[in-house]
Amino acid sequence: MSLLEIKNLNISYKTRKETIVASSNVNFTLERGEILGIVGESGSGKSTIANAIINLIDPPGEITSGVIKIDNNELQNNEEIIQKIRGRKIGFVFQDPQTSLNPLFKIKDQLIETIQTHLKLSYEDALKKSINLLEEVGIEDAYKRIEDYPHQFSGGMRQRVVIALAISCEPDLIIADEPTTALDVSIQYQILELLKKLTKKRNLGVIIITHDMGVIAETTNKVIVMRHGVIVEQDNTKDLLTKPKSTEARSLVISVPPTNKKIHRFKLISPDGKEITSSSANLTKNIIKTWGIRENTNKKLLKLLNITKIFDDRSISYRKKLIDEKAVKAVNDVSFELFEGETLGLVGESGSGKSTIAKIITGLVRPTTGELEYNNFSLYNSKKKYQINKSRGQIQMIFQDPYSSLNPRFKVRDIIAEPLKFFQKNITKHDLEQSVFDLIDIAGMTRQSLDRYPHEFSGGQRQRISIARALATRPRLLICDEPTSALDVSIQAQILNLLKDIQDELHLTMLFISHDLPVIRQMCNRIIVLKNGIICETNEAETLFKNPKHQYTKELINLMPKIESII
Amino acid sequence: MIKKTFNRMYDTDIGYSFFNSKIAIISSTVFFIIFLCSFFAGLVAPYNPFDPASVSLMDAFTPPIWSDGGSSSFFLGTDQQGRDMFSTMIYGSRISLIVGFASIIFAMFLGVILGVTAGYIGGRYEIIVMRITDVQLTIPTILMALLVDGIARAVISRSMHDEMAIYVLIFAIGISEWPQFARVTRASTLVEKNKEYVSASRIIGLSNIIIMFKHILPNILRPILVIATIGLALAIITESTLSFLGVGVPPTTPSLGTLIRFGNNFLFSGEWWITFFPAIFLVVLALSINLLGDWMRDALNPKLKKR
Repeated sequence: MSLLEIKNLNISYKTRKETIVASSNVNFTLERGEILGIVGESGSGKSTIANAIINLIDPPGEITSGVIKIDNNELQNNEEIIQKIRGRKIGFVFQDPQTSLNPLFKIKDQLIETIQTHLKLSYEDALKKSINLLEEVGIEDAYKRIEDYPHQFSGGMRQRVVIALAISCEPDLIIADEPTTALDVSIQYQILELLKKLTKKRNLGVIIITHDMGVIAETTNKVIVMRHGVIVEQDNTKDLLTKPKSTEARSLVISVPPTNKKIHRFKLISPDGKEITSSSANLTKNIIKTWGIRENTNKKLLKLLNITKIFDDRSISYRKKLIDEKAVKAVNDVSFELFEGETLGLVGESGSGKSTIAKIITGLVRPTTGELEYNNFSLYNSKKKYQINKSRGQIQMIFQDPYSSLNPRFKVRDIIAEPLKFFQKNITKHDLEQSVFDLIDIAGMTRQSLDRYPHEFSGGQRQRISIARALATRPRLLICDEPTSALDVSIQAQILNLLKDIQDELHLTMLFISHDLPVIRQMCNRIIVLKNGIICETNEAETLFKNPKHQYTKELINLMPKIESII
Repeated sequence: MIKKTFNRMYDTDIGYSFFNSKIAIISSTVFFIIFLCSFFAGLVAPYNPFDPASVSLMDAFTPPIWSDGGSSSFFLGTDQQGRDMFSTMIYGSRISLIVGFASIIFAMFLGVILGVTAGYIGGRYEIIVMRITDVQLTIPTILMALLVDGIARAVISRSMHDEMAIYVLIFAIGISEWPQFARVTRASTLVEKNKEYVSASRIIGLSNIIIMFKHILPNILRPILVIATIGLALAIITESTLSFLGVGVPPTTPSLGTLIRFGNNFLFSGEWWITFFPAIFLVVLALSINLLGDWMRDALNPKLKKR
């Protein structure tokens, strides 16, 4: 008898215009002691299934037919049974540990409340049990920390508390919806290890929903690949990752950036199942004509010298330019140089100051001290004002969030045309039109898309529009701030290919910012590792990966989830 | 053609919400009828109450048509000067609506410009602007309007006063309404300012004016539109209050408030219709605008719509 059995599950969302089928004919089983991974692109119905198991589908969604069985008890649409089972037999770990604990209650109260709801225990016993649970998930000084509020824990610690809550009533099944997506690599590793350990020790069934194939490779026994609400393939993890059969699974596996080698371009799978290697080489001809031919001279393009940035929230009442020794330095004494034609990677966990450096270079944020030089021209130093205007148009940026980086009230045409008009005041209508066409062609979009608004496009397409806009000013330096972290793997591969093509054809210099080491490895010639605003290590990309010197770099490289670990 | 346009409107979320909300349909219909009537007052109203030739004192105090002594030529009766109630109300609502719209546009202009610049530029400028709005909000609207009116009376000569009265009124109401706009605009600007498309525009090098008014402003129009609608009802009521107190428009061009004030004198001597109909008319007008504003707030805010 299986722990969890799902048969012919159909879930649909009825909206005014259409009925969206979020899952159709989903069948799978889960045994005790097994970790099942559900992967798929965003919108493929992964989370819907998890929510259906605990009957937490938001209206207007509903289970239209099908059976969900736990230990042979039917659950679907039966609120009474579900109330007893939710929390008792099924534990749930949410994506964002920042919001899944109530900030007004002590950890103690939240744990004890959950335990006493489901188990008949006295307050003292529940407290004892809570302390044991916290120890089990690896929180030190548990009897002291249990008196703390959620905000006194770090992100990773909070996720441990959430896991403690999930296992507090000795459930048989744990559902973890993107449990490590919001966490840094080293903490992700610890959390996944913890989940694996608990599975073995308590003989649990675990469902992990994720988009990260590395996580799948390192933790799961079985994998389900979903697309448009349909299971396209399910198999044990090793077989699926080494010999994927369906187009979707192949596309997912092939687009994952390899962690152990550098490849020229990502292979892509077209919908009919053939491998394609896209290239925009011939599309850039027109652009090169208008830009003039550029050559890589390898000269120094950008120089940062001892840049420090302190975010001071007392800027109004307290105007002294003294540097407080205690102040948190978002960027601390960072110096590096960027040479023409290269791609420099900035890697670091959240809060390491990567984005702040990008903002300083683009002039969005003023450094507290230090010097900034572009093309041997000083943009900022301790004496002069910020002269970022001297580099306007030469430095452009591609942003992380494709959903907020395009003005929703502008048509795509106007988004791309605006910088063109700004830099070429006398441009004729015909030339403007032609330039817009050239740019949208390079970005790999159809010309029809020019008359539409950004909300009509997917994340990947929006990112392409962003690239077209960035190229409109004829930049020499392109800063990419996590350009693919909001995208699905297969889309990520396309965008990274596009960026590589553009760089090769147009001889751009790139500063590539990411927390994702495999991506950095594929994109960059040289890498800078940042931690808490300080540079740990700078080296050639391949040397850094093969032979990391700094302790922190070693840790990062060892702990990143590797899809190759299973092959 | 019309069907096509209708279908397209129905297809949008706001259109759908509109055609499925009885309140929205009724209130907007009522409002547009009143609006059109007052706009084409010369065509709609049977008499021109401001033309001395058409007014006869002999007709004064004629009750409504269904009462004893009612006259078929005066549907809602007449006032103390023999003016047709229905016509004076139509003409009166014209004054009320002009003052309402003009003052709200004035307040919006001032509030939005100050709000966007305060939110975007920040620093000391923001602090100064926002403290001024805080101070302004502590002064009740009526008091503010009375103050402006008082100053205007002292500054403008008596003969000019009646002509200028409507402008004074617009200024007085507008100046007391702008802090609402400034606050909402600033708050929305602070949200928009941190979005990446604004950063992208800054990196391109666009000027702050273009970023504020071409990029940010169109994205924050929705909340501004909602408070403008609710503010319009408030402005019309404020105007009526001021006119009722005798500091609004002059009696020669009466607004709804002025009409209510006149009728108030006769309320207890039996001629109830002189104050009753303008009062009902004002309530219907203000209510329809308010309901429209309420619907708009719900329809434009998807977070409220879900539940």
